[in-house]
Amino acid sequence: MDLAVAVALQVLTGIATLLIISLGLAVIFGMMRVINLAHGEFLMLGAYAAILSARAGLNIWLAMLVVAPLAVGAIGVAVERLVIRRLYGRMLDTMLATWGLSLGFIGAVTMIFGNTVAGFSAPLGSVAIGGYRSSGYGLFLIGAACVLIAGVWAVLRFTPAGLIARGTMQNPEMAAALGVSPSRVYAIAFAVGAALSGLAGALIAPFSGVVPTMGTVYIAKAFITVITGGAAMLAGTLSASGLLGTVATLGTFATTPVLGEVAMLAVAIVLLRLLPEGITGRFFRRSL
Amino acid sequence: MTGRRPTAEIAAAVVLAAAAIAVLPRVLELFALINATVYASMAVLALSLGLVWGFGGILCFGQAAFFGLGGYGYAVAALNVADTTWAVPIALAVPAAAAALLGYVMFYGRISDVYMGVITLTVTLILFNFTNSTAGDQWRIGAAPLGGFNGIPSTPPLNLPGDPGNPLPPERIFAVAVVCLAACYILGKLVLRSRFGRVVVAIRENERRAELLGYDVRRYKLGIFTLGGFMGGLAGLLFANCVFVSPTMFSLFYSGQIIIWVMVGGLGTLAGPIIGAVLLQALTTWAGTLPAVNPSLILGAVLVAAVLALPKGLLPTAAAALRRLRRRDAAP
Repeated sequence: MDLAVAVALQVLTGIATLLIISLGLAVIFGMMRVINLAHGEFLMLGAYAAILSARAGLNIWLAMLVVAPLAVGAIGVAVERLVIRRLYGRMLDTMLATWGLSLGFIGAVTMIFGNTVAGFSAPLGSVAIGGYRSSGYGLFLIGAACVLIAGVWAVLRFTPAGLIARGTMQNPEMAAALGVSPSRVYAIAFAVGAALSGLAGALIAPFSGVVPTMGTVYIAKAFITVITGGAAMLAGTLSASGLLGTVATLGTFATTPVLGEVAMLAVAIVLLRLLPEGITGRFFRRSL
Repeated sequence: MTGRRPTAEIAAAVVLAAAAIAVLPRVLELFALINATVYASMAVLALSLGLVWGFGGILCFGQAAFFGLGGYGYAVAALNVADTTWAVPIALAVPAAAAALLGYVMFYGRISDVYMGVITLTVTLILFNFTNSTAGDQWRIGAAPLGGFNGIPSTPPLNLPGDPGNPLPPERIFAVAVVCLAACYILGKLVLRSRFGRVVVAIRENERRAELLGYDVRRYKLGIFTLGGFMGGLAGLLFANCVFVSPTMFSLFYSGQIIIWVMVGGLGTLAGPIIGAVLLQALTTWAGTLPAVNPSLILGAVLVAAVLALPKGLLPTAAAALRRLRRRDAAP
């Protein structure tokens, strides 16, 4: 029984991590069909923002939950203005340009901070479940994932800004005809996506370690989760990270972390073969 | 670019290759010559994606998978059979078969653009993760240990066909690499001139129209993709002969680099990817010697600049500029 609870917690933590690292990419992909391959580096920059401000004496929670998203959101604004804006509608070119940005960020950060692993230990100690111990930070991540997805859903569903965002997502020309500026909506959406990525980077930093190349570990996972999820950004990300996170964690538990990841990728391939439009191309089509 | 003066272009390729084989081993030191061999293998790799992406219209994010499979196939087979004459066909068959299988799943499953990118990327990642985790004695194929993160450092070089006691020196390996590059270029030209190649280009231009005209789009895409996988494997074989095979051959960095080469050199040409590969490879090597600047930064900046300023790539842009100049000369 205790083992079952411990494994279930582990699975939930895996799902939550996948959800957290994918959400920023999903918002950007869902809103404007841009696949941001610099997403991994947004995570990395968020982690650096958190660690640097924590070292400068800021409260660790403040550094993770406030400074990281703000800093990366600002970078997101700059990236959108300078690069992405010129390439809307050209999906492949955006992918290539953001890949270039990703390499550039890795290079720049390596030059400034060096190629060494920094890190901070997970706050919140550990929790006992019967004879097993689970990290309190894992529980916090599960909570954070729930808050994030509920927050994005609530903003999209209930606020005027969310209404404008959904309208622009469905039909940019019509939105423009009704007096909304799609390019402003896109700029804001990109900044929000970047901020979410920065937050995600700060949240995963305690257990991933902070290196300039840390993004490359996560970009593929996030990319695959979002694409497997399909067009609906929240339902897709939620269902895909639920499925893939479960497979990866159980696979890891049964064999090794590497084989767990291989199992997850294999499931993603089979899934895309069966559902070429992603999960929400077939199920939950009308959801957000 | 295709169809015009193909014979002249093929002749030019032969002359350039012969000149490179005759001159470079005399003027370059051994280290530089081995580097030149690496460049040639990279150029073959770029050419393979240039064919698949530039003419087939299939953006493969995982061309590195075939590169790595070719390298591993060669190393494992060479360590097992001692005579590399038999390792070569194996090293070429493995990536070609992998490409055929992957292509079958993708094209016959009617998977669209972006999803195809994800699947190819995922397969590459699986291979990367898998080879990385093969450290230890239980992971061996016949006599060849897979070596995990360290790869297979003891890859034997090519020998004269049928004569295992006679391994080729680096000068000969360089010649083999240049011949392979020229052969791939010529093969590409010939394929594009054939009926098959014309249909492939027609599908790139308008898939639905080609299909309505009665062509089985899936088969043609599968064909060009398999050819690309074969060439990618050949590049891996050459690379294994001058460096050694390791999981980095499957890495995201390689997959990305190949796309950058093709993009910068010129999509939809065969010479463009070769030029792109050599130029950017030289740029990365040069940037690596600079103490203050990180090579990734330069490569990234080049890619962003190329997408924004030269969306067609170097070669087509240069050709267009040349044509404009000629027309201006001819006008008055």
